Amino acid sequence: MNDARVLTAAPGRLALAGAGRRAITAWTVVGYTLLVGLAVFTLIPIVWMVLTALKSPAEVAQIPPTWWPRTWHPENLAAAWNAAPFGRYLANTLLIAVSVTVLEVSTSALAAYAFARLRFRGRDALFLLYLATLMIPRQVTIIPLFILMRELHWVDTYHGLIIPQAFSAFGTFLLRQFFLTIPFELEDAARVDGSSRLGCLLRIILPLSGPALATLAVFIMLYQWNNLLWPLVMSNSDATRPIAVGLRVFLGQYGTDWNLLMAASTLAIVPVVGLYLVAQRWFVQGITLSGFGGR
Amino acid sequence: MASIVAAAPWHTRWAAMRRWWARDHQTLTAYLFLLPNIVGFLAFSALPVLAALVLSLYDWDLLLGRSFVGLGNFRQLLDDAVFRAAFVNTFYFSAVSVPLSVGLGLAAALLTNQTLRGVTIFRGIFLLPYVTITVALSLVWKWLYLPNVGLMNQLLALVGIAGPAWLVDPIWAMPGLILMSAWKSFGYNMVLFLAGLQSIPQHLYEAAMIDGATAWRRFLHVTLPMLSPTTFFVVVIALINSFQVFDQALIMTNGGPGTATTTLVLHIYQVGFQSFHMGYAAAVAWVLFAVVFAFTVVQFRAQRRWVTYE
Repeated sequence: MNDARVLTAAPGRLALAGAGRRAITAWTVVGYTLLVGLAVFTLIPIVWMVLTALKSPAEVAQIPPTWWPRTWHPENLAAAWNAAPFGRYLANTLLIAVSVTVLEVSTSALAAYAFARLRFRGRDALFLLYLATLMIPRQVTIIPLFILMRELHWVDTYHGLIIPQAFSAFGTFLLRQFFLTIPFELEDAARVDGSSRLGCLLRIILPLSGPALATLAVFIMLYQWNNLLWPLVMSNSDATRPIAVGLRVFLGQYGTDWNLLMAASTLAIVPVVGLYLVAQRWFVQGITLSGFGGR
Repeated sequence: MASIVAAAPWHTRWAAMRRWWARDHQTLTAYLFLLPNIVGFLAFSALPVLAALVLSLYDWDLLLGRSFVGLGNFRQLLDDAVFRAAFVNTFYFSAVSVPLSVGLGLAAALLTNQTLRGVTIFRGIFLLPYVTITVALSLVWKWLYLPNVGLMNQLLALVGIAGPAWLVDPIWAMPGLILMSAWKSFGYNMVLFLAGLQSIPQHLYEAAMIDGATAWRRFLHVTLPMLSPTTFFVVVIALINSFQVFDQALIMTNGGPGTATTTLVLHIYQVGFQSFHMGYAAAVAWVLFAVVFAFTVVQFRAQRRWVTYE
């Protein structure tokens, strides 16, 4: 993913003539112009959010707006932080995201091992069922799930927010594809030495699957951090609200205090942007491995 | 079958029994491995899909109780002006946002696939909106789109354009939502396109160059056809995702003004979780599912005409 391939630049090198050199230079200028233009388009809203968060209310309302804050108000961040239980929201988000990730990765690994390495009755039919549900929009299941949660008295609880989300077919599918690429000979040798199937999974398959496990974990973490619909219907108190729902509540209370709203948004995205910067490679790999993950 | 086994010599019988045990032993092991996942999967994914179908046949009110109405909910959908608006809006949203975000994604992938210094940084930037919390970004865009103090119209004014009222204008609210969504998702498409571009064999370009093809012709006759399986995949995913748009619509406009930006999923949320008509919401959800399914099938059928497999 990281090695940029030679596409248009290559011909210049092979052309050998001075004309090819000029073409490369012209292309470089055009290329950078377009890249920078697209990057500005991508970044302006995010930069504008941070700058707004640091302005005074008077400056925020000013026409025409100032780009750079004339006076800096970092205390807006503290004001937003204190105006709603954002610490609690972030802690809830972390707890939910980590729990779903641990549950989903571990149960997916077990199931994926069975699908990839064992022969058993009903395997293909069952796998087809898993695949079929990948295509079903989650919103279809949300209504019966919510009724089930009410019956179980799981509404507004952590387990209600965590458990129903922790068994997607996606994880099983992704890990199965990876497990299939691990040579069977490695496992056969361990089997001859008397290793159990679980031992094979723990001692041979999983240590070789680091990249796939990291990819899945990062993907689930980011998805859970962003997720809105399920927590929106499930959590109705600050005790369980994750950050996405908390932000919406904050919007309801401070609908026109734009510097506070932008300060709260800035606080909300810091952890997720941090995770992205650290784990970008795994995340990009996750997208590449299966576009289904985007949901 | 049993009689054949019984009639066979003892060692054949023994071997058959061992095979049976070996196979079923493995089946038992396999199901033990599957158990934790499959219980959750059946309870929280597979069965709820069927339950939604059953629900859609009921007038199921969380507060008032329930009664069987057959296809009554679906019949009611036909006369529901909000549902019709949500249906049309969702198609409008998909029809514009998918080409926009796929096109931007392709452009970003082509640009960052060049041997230019710093392309990985640009890739990181382009993917940033996709990974960032949609609720926070929706708030930002709501702020950008404010008619008077918003940055969008201020920037437009710089080039002499009097910007519309965006999210409070019934005509411009949807384009506003679409632009934000394309901005948010194009980086995702870029990543998929990059993977596709990097799997195109280099020798095809070398062969084209020996034949004297210009950069443009190489793009047209090598890159585009070789990329078509990726393009197909990207379009299918983008379309599925666009049919499910929710977060932006809820935060930026809450479906308004009027029903100008009410999407199908927002309608499901409003009917199910604000009015508590669970049966009716389940019927809308099944319509959504049917639309996604139909479009995916159509795409797979149409791909034969434009997708090139090596």
